[in-house]
Amino acid sequence: MPELLLLALLMGAVTYPSRAIPLLVAGFGRLPAPALAYLRLVGPAVLAALAAVYTMVVVTTAADGTRTASFHIGIEWVAVLAALALVIWRKSLLLGIVAAAAIVALARATGAA
Amino acid sequence: MNAPGAMPLSRARRQLVLDGLGIVVTAAGFGFVYGVAAAAAGFSLVEASGMSLIVFAGAAQFAAVGYVAGGFPWLGIVLLTAFLNARHLLYSAAIAPWLAGRRPAERAVMAHLLTDEAFALSISHFRRVGRADTWGYWYAAIVTTWIPWNVATIAGVVVGGALPDPAEFGLDVVFPAAMAGLAVGLATGRREIVAAVVGAILGVTVSLLWDPAVGIVAGGLIGPLVALALPGPPMAEAYPAAPLPVDVEHPERLVDEPAPPGGDRGLP
Repeated sequence: MPELLLLALLMGAVTYPSRAIPLLVAGFGRLPAPALAYLRLVGPAVLAALAAVYTMVVVTTAADGTRTASFHIGIEWVAVLAALALVIWRKSLLLGIVAAAAIVALARATGAA
Repeated sequence: MNAPGAMPLSRARRQLVLDGLGIVVTAAGFGFVYGVAAAAAGFSLVEASGMSLIVFAGAAQFAAVGYVAGGFPWLGIVLLTAFLNARHLLYSAAIAPWLAGRRPAERAVMAHLLTDEAFALSISHFRRVGRADTWGYWYAAIVTTWIPWNVATIAGVVVGGALPDPAEFGLDVVFPAAMAGLAVGLATGRREIVAAVVGAILGVTVSLLWDPAVGIVAGGLIGPLVALALPGPPMAEAYPAAPLPVDVEHPERLVDEPAPPGGDRGLP
């Protein structure tokens, strides 16, 4: 077996439980109302967290493997806000995504970002 | 059968397909970059593709490539992978009530394909339809993410650095733009908006103080708690359709069922 396939198997072995345990544990479909209310709010919270972190935080990895997060201000903010505005106004995620990518690509091509 | 006030299934599926197009492009773009980086780090085609198939988690794979290239011990790479991917626990918990009626073997496969993108697209789709739609889950997980990520990994290893960096085309902003847009779609009430705003603020703050992997989990865990603590009617009264997977005409049944003849099951 190629050596790094074993590493992939180990990485998969530690990833799968976090994906599978709630899905496979019996009873998750009949949780009490407060738990369902909480889980209903996880979607907007975690997606907003992902969007904000990927827009505003940059991670650099040093030679010794240390990860450092820093606050980032850039054209990506404008792009994501434009996408949000288009999603709200035109009800089209695709349009928002295309506009966001176009804004960033244009800014980088012209040296503005 | 849709819940009252829910979007018709065929229309919701069309919207899902359109929403997923941007995800396809970004998954392909960064799958390609991963393949290029893996080849440069000494991965063979089998090893790079194997990691995409087995791990199927972009951030962890990119980190692993960097650490393998740097000669770091496997134990550290495996622990970092578990840490980076802990957020999937939240996704799995949030989506589990919708899919509780599916067979365990099917849920086991669904779990392996549960990514940021699959969760974001499918939970939005289920909310629009008012119940689970496994076609939507498979579309979000396989068509928009799994296929482009794995095909592009192979292309990246084989073609190498001959193609330009996807960031030149602004593709690196597609993921946060898509997540933000899908979050807006889920923010249908005061509590959802508060959960999203608190999740975003906490996510960034904790990311800067500790690590983005922790920040995302913290935002996703604590945002809903703050929203639930708001004064006002309980969620069950504020959102009567909240416990979602139940078919309103057949409350004993969970999740989706075979299409009635001539029913609203048309694909996009």
